[in-house]
Amino acid sequence: MPTLGEIIRESQIWKSIFRHPAPVDRRNRIVVMLTNFFLHLHPVSIKKQGIALSFTWCMGGVTFFLFLVETVTGVLLMFYYRPTLEWAYNDILALRDVTSLGILREIHRWGAHAMVITVWLHMYRVFLTGSYKPPREFNWVVGVILLLLTLLMSFTGYLLPWDQLAIWAITVGSNMARATPFLGYEGPGNQLLTIDGIDMITNASDARFGLLGARFVGEETLNRFYVLHCVAIPLGVALLLAIHFWRVRKDGGISGPL
Amino acid sequence: MHGLPPYDLFLKQVSGFLGTYYLLLAVMNAVAAFLLWRGERQRELCRVPIVDFPVTPALVWLLVSGFFLLISPLAYSGDEQWMALISLPGSVRSGINWMMNPTAYTLGSLALVAAAFLARRFLVKPWVAWSMLNLSMLLMGMSMTDQNFANIVTKPDNVPIVGLIFLLGFFTWLATYQAVQNDDRAKQGLEPLEKLDSEKVLVWPDLVYTELICMVALTAVLLLWAIALQAPLEEPASAVKTPNPSKAPWYFLGLQEMLVYYDPWMAGVVLPSVIVAGLMAIPYIDFNKQGNGYYTIDQRKFAYIMFQFGFLVLWITLIVMGTFLRGPNWNFFGPFEYWDAHKVEALNNVDLSEYFWVTALQSSRPRAPEGSGELMKFGWALLREIPGIVLVIGYFAMVPPLLVVSSKFFQGLFIRMGFIRYMVLTNLLLMMMLLPIKMLARWTVNLKYFVALPEYLLNF
Repeated sequence: MPTLGEIIRESQIWKSIFRHPAPVDRRNRIVVMLTNFFLHLHPVSIKKQGIALSFTWCMGGVTFFLFLVETVTGVLLMFYYRPTLEWAYNDILALRDVTSLGILREIHRWGAHAMVITVWLHMYRVFLTGSYKPPREFNWVVGVILLLLTLLMSFTGYLLPWDQLAIWAITVGSNMARATPFLGYEGPGNQLLTIDGIDMITNASDARFGLLGARFVGEETLNRFYVLHCVAIPLGVALLLAIHFWRVRKDGGISGPL
Repeated sequence: MHGLPPYDLFLKQVSGFLGTYYLLLAVMNAVAAFLLWRGERQRELCRVPIVDFPVTPALVWLLVSGFFLLISPLAYSGDEQWMALISLPGSVRSGINWMMNPTAYTLGSLALVAAAFLARRFLVKPWVAWSMLNLSMLLMGMSMTDQNFANIVTKPDNVPIVGLIFLLGFFTWLATYQAVQNDDRAKQGLEPLEKLDSEKVLVWPDLVYTELICMVALTAVLLLWAIALQAPLEEPASAVKTPNPSKAPWYFLGLQEMLVYYDPWMAGVVLPSVIVAGLMAIPYIDFNKQGNGYYTIDQRKFAYIMFQFGFLVLWITLIVMGTFLRGPNWNFFGPFEYWDAHKVEALNNVDLSEYFWVTALQSSRPRAPEGSGELMKFGWALLREIPGIVLVIGYFAMVPPLLVVSSKFFQGLFIRMGFIRYMVLTNLLLMMMLLPIKMLARWTVNLKYFVALPEYLLNF
């Protein structure tokens, strides 16, 4: 009598998904890495040192996992939250107090803070082990851009609850853009961009206006940050993550003493 | 007083947390003691006289555990008199408040990081690190009975930074621990520890299972965190009610702190851009081939010190200061000080041009004659600010060659890096040093701007 497990593993459906036996022997443990879409990110074998937690701190992996957590919880929150002045705050309030699974918002918020910290720790580890040195120089650069995008993702998300903390943090943060050299309304050199005595850089056309979509943090800003937070920046991050991981493999796998 | 809840009520609120906190510390030390006791070799520290009983590290940590177990019920009691025993004495707290100011804080953190670097061989010893952890946890617990301290630290948005401090402490220790071992091995002509584990293992199961366990553990941590602590949500947004202080998100507070010393175009736009560009430049200006793929300090001391200065001293400590020690009107407050919105601090900062023309030359600052054209006005403004302009241009243009001439080390760098890469490196470092230089100038001579051209929105 074959067991239920054997029946399932011998079925056409199972075999169409997993094209080889379970990874219980050496051969199949190699095959699984090559044939599984999600696992093929990894090499088949790796130096023992490269998976030692004392060496890697696992911080890059943790950051990626947090990105996935943020994506899943974020998509679910998007079903509920409406980015308008009328509803934004109330929706968050309802998520906190009455909505089932409103805890998704707490996970999303704390996960975002944690992600900023783990990105820093990942960068810290990569620096301290000198892993940015040749041949991994360019991947470090990609990593720096990812760090920047992580901060921007967190920054744009900060506004969405539309509470006092949100709008004033964004006001303080975006006020800096007003002082951008040449392109800021209060920045040095903006007087140079004048045509026939008409200032090109005004408080309705400068860098800050471009960021906020208005002269102050208002509904246009909420909409702009919402789109940046939910679509534009995550797409950029996803692309760069793919490059980042691909380059880890192409640059010789995880770093180690030569 | 001060609009804070009554002290006994506050103690009742924190007692549950603090009791559990000490209980956890007791468990933590008990586990450490158990692991040491289970370990193979039992090191004997000394013997108790008379009964002739051996004192081992395990016993010491068991005693520490017992100590935390004893003070835990004191914290649970929520009673003012009992809890006074496990609080920092008021005199110590006011002493710390009195000592603390931006100068003492920044120089203090610099001294602390420098001392930790110099004494790293001592500090990486596990028993030293474990004692430091216990002490800092105890200090934190004893501070939590202070209402002002507790208010700032437990503000939901500030909790991650408390975590950040401990995580950074732990990981810096972990990295230094391995670096010191590798450096000792290098002195004996041995290869780094990482090299010993260069045999290959299969990713399935060794790595895949580790990843799975990490994911499960992290999910559990996130869930617990989300259940235990509500995410921050304040009153609905109001464009007319400005909170005081208004703070940027915590990870940008280092930049906001720079606003004290530089105008927004520098602190908010130019310096952040330079930070990003400088980070990207690191692999291209660090030509040192050693220390690739393993922990080491001695083999890349210069890069290590520069990075730690920028990251730990300039980035992290400024964030910590901006979060915990900057209150209403961005005034500085000690960790146990009440955030009084009416605290007044005198600001008598003076521009360099005033020091030059008025103080030193005993004349007045040059001014364009009435009715002169735009170009004339510009020329006069440049003349007025000439000392600062010369200083700034000289700083960026002259310091790099001067370093080559005066220092063997920089001479070596110049020869090995070539002109362009050397200039990029030194100018990035000079950019980084702009902040501490302005800080020092502000603290010592109240300098406001090196170059003050408010008519062109260009203050530096």
